[in-house]
Amino acid sequence: MENHFEDVIGVRASLSNVNYLADDGIAGIVYLADRLGKPILVEGPAGTGKTQLAKSVAEMINARLIRLQCYEGLDESKALYEWNYKKQLLRIQTEGAGDWNEIEDDIFSEEFLLTRPLLEAIRAEDRVVLLIDEVDRVEVETEALLLEILSDYQVSIPELGTVEANQVPLVFLTSNATRELSEALKRRCLYLYIDYPDLEREREIVLAKVPEIDENLADQVARIVRSIRQLDLKKSPSVSETLDWARTLILLGISKVDAQTATETVNILLKYRTDIEKAIKEFTDSPDGLSEEEE
Amino acid sequence: MTITEPELENSPLLELLGGFIVELREAGLPVSLTENLDAMEAVTHIPLEDRESFKYALGATLVKNHTHWKAFEVVFEVYFSMRGEEYVIGSETEGELSGDEQEGDENALPGQGQPQGGGGGMQSLTPEQLAEMLFKALLNGDMAMLSALARQAVMRFAGMEPGRPVGGTYYLYRTLRNLDLDGVLEKLMEETKNQTSQPLSQFEERLERDEFLDRIEKLKAEVEAEIRRRLVADRGVEAMARTLRKPLPEDVDFMHASREEMSELRKAIYPLTRKLAVRLARKRRHGRKGPLDFRNTIRHSLSYGGVPAEPKFRFPRPAKPEIMVVADISGSVASFARFTLHLVYAISNQFSKVRSFVFIDGLDEVTRFFEGVEDIGEAVHRVNTEADVVWVDGHSDYGHAFDVFWEKFGRDLSPKTTVLILGDARNNYHASQAWIIQEMKKKARKVYWLNPEPRAYWDTGDSIVGEYTTHTDGCYEVRNLRQLESFVEKLV
Repeated sequence: MENHFEDVIGVRASLSNVNYLADDGIAGIVYLADRLGKPILVEGPAGTGKTQLAKSVAEMINARLIRLQCYEGLDESKALYEWNYKKQLLRIQTEGAGDWNEIEDDIFSEEFLLTRPLLEAIRAEDRVVLLIDEVDRVEVETEALLLEILSDYQVSIPELGTVEANQVPLVFLTSNATRELSEALKRRCLYLYIDYPDLEREREIVLAKVPEIDENLADQVARIVRSIRQLDLKKSPSVSETLDWARTLILLGISKVDAQTATETVNILLKYRTDIEKAIKEFTDSPDGLSEEEE
Repeated sequence: MTITEPELENSPLLELLGGFIVELREAGLPVSLTENLDAMEAVTHIPLEDRESFKYALGATLVKNHTHWKAFEVVFEVYFSMRGEEYVIGSETEGELSGDEQEGDENALPGQGQPQGGGGGMQSLTPEQLAEMLFKALLNGDMAMLSALARQAVMRFAGMEPGRPVGGTYYLYRTLRNLDLDGVLEKLMEETKNQTSQPLSQFEERLERDEFLDRIEKLKAEVEAEIRRRLVADRGVEAMARTLRKPLPEDVDFMHASREEMSELRKAIYPLTRKLAVRLARKRRHGRKGPLDFRNTIRHSLSYGGVPAEPKFRFPRPAKPEIMVVADISGSVASFARFTLHLVYAISNQFSKVRSFVFIDGLDEVTRFFEGVEDIGEAVHRVNTEADVVWVDGHSDYGHAFDVFWEKFGRDLSPKTTVLILGDARNNYHASQAWIIQEMKKKARKVYWLNPEPRAYWDTGDSIVGEYTTHTDGCYEVRNLRQLESFVEKLV
């Protein structure tokens, strides 16, 4: 098996080249996944860059990204493959009364196969990264569809036989943990939990993604967000919300955040009324601080 | 997948890893055989010297649930922390060896031109100098310096003696008491105020404080790690791992949770309720157990020439139960009641109506606290502070509480109502009034009793749970989140 990376430090460096700031854990596990040829199951709060990780890795190794977005009711004809019935029907009709065995062999050949993301990733000739997004949305039973491909990198089609991978693709699964995934699935994957970044990393992310910002403001932004995350909230601000907030501050031409600005713009970071009230109370620390947010 | 066996055979690392995995299993983490093999293969790719990557490699293969990460980290620290002579607890060797250690540290960290006292070691420093250095390191956020200072502080203040059977927390307490971190925080705030030209606004002050608090937390973690390293050196890996073993969050006993575990639990309950709500909603939508819809089947059979090829089913419409929660909120069982209320309200859309009552020796309806409230945690807090539950002396009196319930709300019980009674039934030898439960059962659909005590303690001392539960439809031991979750799921 061909390896994509030299060592952990290399992974980290090349990820930052494509503007993804990984910490030691992320880089280490991506490296390991490549070496062991195992999929990575990425979990963590929404908006911490789980999907982005797969995209960045694809960009980094110059691979095509094949994405399977999961949803309730996803089945094998959407995820794996489907027979092209219409074409098969046409084939039978044009042939007229031929030898049935011959036709049967013919209509169940690759020509009539519609590949869906999983099979496509397996059959790809070029380098691919497979992203199975929000895997927790499918039902437990549907998860079983993924097991064969995740452990052996092959797909069994009853009429055709087994399609094996030309190369072992890097596979990422993301999950928002709305339900516990099955043991069988977890066992086949390396597990990576991406949490909210720490202060330094968040500051760097802001600097990298919002180039117009200056260091002082980025530092302030990161600090305020950290303080907000320490409150007991329904939904803590995600990294993408931090970035939105930083961009807003730039647009408003603000170079220094004080309690006033924070109060006025906090609705970009927080989306629940009770959370906003709590945060503003913390900012201003005076009982009448709530008045402006009340409807 | 093949494991490069010749490389690993008989290696000390493999042995260590074996013990490590056994300990993880002992701590309650589900580690399967495949995962075990994966871990062994993973470590052949990552050099042991790169400790952070090594930790993450093991974590990625062995820990598949984020709530278990903490437990994993502790075991990892014990098994793979730095070990060597410098950590041996013993006064005569300690001085010079740790002196060398310090010097090594200095060299490894360029740009650290802090005053070091004489001779490169910190032993010669007076306590005042040490405090001063600590203050500076915290002020400047100098992490390397902090960890060196943490080591020094443990050596000086913890008073560790070899073989002394004292837990790590004791040493931690002694060390931190000597450092007086609260005082240091105030001094840090003073210093920052003096440094800036204009006075800080409240907002800025708060941000500064958060920053310092964060640094102090890191220092505490360093101190703790240092103590642990020394204890491991003294007592050996297995013994230490056993002492440090803690239950996973879902197994923490409600009644005996420490303050720290309590806050962990509170954090765990929100994702749990969300998961449960999603699961239950899905179950409701996807239940295919409805009876055959005859009309619909016939109608569809027309397109198959009258053959009922495609049977159609009615949508299931399971009746939503009405819930009444009657909870004891005295002393030790209070936290249990809190979690249960939280969980029940979080999935209240699964019930047609939820009413809640709390009691100690008096009883009060608290449904109003939950009405139109977004933040359940806040409402639960109000229940504990505002509900009027004391009648005479504030000691549990189940008999009287049931009396009041029966008199005031008994007529509201209907065949649709499910009653949940939460409590340990420690009645302080008052009259039991068990006949009320019997009457309740006649009127209500189901009556369940949830007891947060271990089953072995039931009916000992003043517990009369047996007397009550002969009249209920079931009595469940609910001591931790795992049991609570499975009960609630059964209920719906």
